[in-house]
Amino acid sequence: MWYLCVFYHRLLDYRKAEVESLAELFGVFGDDDGDNKESSSLEWRLPQHHHPDSPFHFVNLPSEDFARDIANRSILVKGIYELWGEGSSYEELEESIRCYPDERKLPYLDSGSTFKITVDCFGKVISFQEQNDRIKGLAYIPFKGRANLRNPDHNFWLMETDDYGTNNGLPPVVQRRIFFGREVGGADRKLLPTYQLKSRTYLGPTAMDAEMAFLMANQALATPGKLVYDPFVGTGSILIAAAHFGAMTMGADIDIRVVRDGRGPDCNVWSNFKQYGLPMPVALLRADNNLPPWRPGLKEIFDAIICDPPYGVRAGGRKSGGRKLLKGTVDPYTVPDDKRTDHIPSTAAYSLVECVHDLLDLAARMIVLGGRLVFFYPVLREDDYVEDHHYPEHPCFKLIAASEQILSSRYSRVLLTMVKIGPYTEEIAEAAQLKHIEFRENHLKWLEDGNLHSAVFSPADSQIAAAGDSSLSREPKPKYRGKYV
Amino acid sequence: MRLLTHNMLSSNIKGVANGFPLRIEVEKVVEKKVDLNAGFLRNIFPKIEWKAFAEAARTLGYAELPEDADSSFLDSDDFLDKFHHALLELHLEEGALICPETGRRFPVNKGIPNMLLHEDEV
Repeated sequence: MWYLCVFYHRLLDYRKAEVESLAELFGVFGDDDGDNKESSSLEWRLPQHHHPDSPFHFVNLPSEDFARDIANRSILVKGIYELWGEGSSYEELEESIRCYPDERKLPYLDSGSTFKITVDCFGKVISFQEQNDRIKGLAYIPFKGRANLRNPDHNFWLMETDDYGTNNGLPPVVQRRIFFGREVGGADRKLLPTYQLKSRTYLGPTAMDAEMAFLMANQALATPGKLVYDPFVGTGSILIAAAHFGAMTMGADIDIRVVRDGRGPDCNVWSNFKQYGLPMPVALLRADNNLPPWRPGLKEIFDAIICDPPYGVRAGGRKSGGRKLLKGTVDPYTVPDDKRTDHIPSTAAYSLVECVHDLLDLAARMIVLGGRLVFFYPVLREDDYVEDHHYPEHPCFKLIAASEQILSSRYSRVLLTMVKIGPYTEEIAEAAQLKHIEFRENHLKWLEDGNLHSAVFSPADSQIAAAGDSSLSREPKPKYRGKYV
Repeated sequence: MRLLTHNMLSSNIKGVANGFPLRIEVEKVVEKKVDLNAGFLRNIFPKIEWKAFAEAARTLGYAELPEDADSSFLDSDDFLDKFHHALLELHLEEGALICPETGRRFPVNKGIPNMLLHEDEV
């Protein structure tokens, strides 16, 4: 059945991807029998004349239970509604609602129930008086129940979208469209102030914000009974979201100060979990993703890997091996036995290319078939859009979502969601090992190529010139802001 | 560090043929209660190297696990309880993991094992 799905107008690329993942999570696409798992996706339609970035979409879901489960677990779905009518004028809306079958309407209008009608205009604020007038205009619907604004049994929404003349940076609307529907479910946005970073006990410079962490956990299908791993755990911000949804969590980091010590006995990764009453991670360890400590036979143990690898812009990655050793400045040396106990191994810079290679290799080996790899990948922006990008690929994985979040005029980060579709074979393992050795031998080359840091932070001579021009010929109206929300 | 973690780790020092399982040097063991999740236990059971697991549990002072186990044991609640206890409720807070071939110590402090290799082990 077709439902109206209204999104929050933010993180545009992430919205449908979240609904698709949640549909998978709740079993909309049928039993996991292995075949056809990768090609299942939902049917979507845009309302007439609507811009693709509009918050209003129609989605086809098998039942109201699925619609409710998906909406309630989501972060970006403002509401999913059973549409009782739509039109480009209030007369057309009335006609449409009258035509909607009685057997779908009457059960929700009966005298024993309570209800509420919410009036919402996308792109404009309307006065309390105007809202009341519109509600009165719905008198032709035979509401028999009592009104309850606090906690009604049924919540009806009258939504309008129109070209209000002012250019507010929202997606352009060609023609007015009005919708009336019964709310089936919606995101629990109260999660965000509960888990917000502002009040978190232990923070780090690259801690993932709560909203994004929940989106990542949804993309990874985190549910009770699953084991989720973060190889760059830091302060545990991503695992918190996975633990909230009931998954068992495990994390590693190369920086022992972050993972073991934190800032004290009451200010560390464990205290973060304690703060929210969440079960502690199953394991935290200090390990190098470049030379992981897993036993050779171990594979297909994680249901998902969710992480935000270091891109080298705000936080650089590190890997094992002396920095000078790898560059060839110093000859190979042995650590004297008496110094071994307290020896702190030196680490070397870890380029993004090698980091992503190691992550894909780890994921290919350690994720179960059908499991998910969800991670952020940084991209440089050219002229306001991200070009046809070559995202990292691996024969064991299929990319099913790429959602961009603009961070600055220079670069964005893209959340990649991949599903494991093939086993980790001998050939793949050997190829990875060869690549690993190649990285070691060409250490210096990889540090320079694709160095994101300089591209992001270089002085903006060309940028300043361009800005100067536009301030002279400033357009009177701001154009559609697109994905800058 | 729980025994689930211990069961996944090995010494990957250059030149070592078989670094699993790591021997455990115990200094401090703590028991912390965790809610039992049967679904999780059933999923993880096939991934566990049982002999190493049972041996490690004995080192930590828990001798209730059978020497061998197969998936039919998972039907028994009593077995699930013991499995759960050994896998997730026993913690090595302080101690070390020892490479079976070279004797190199990987310290465990505040429950966190430090598996980073030195420059000459890489």
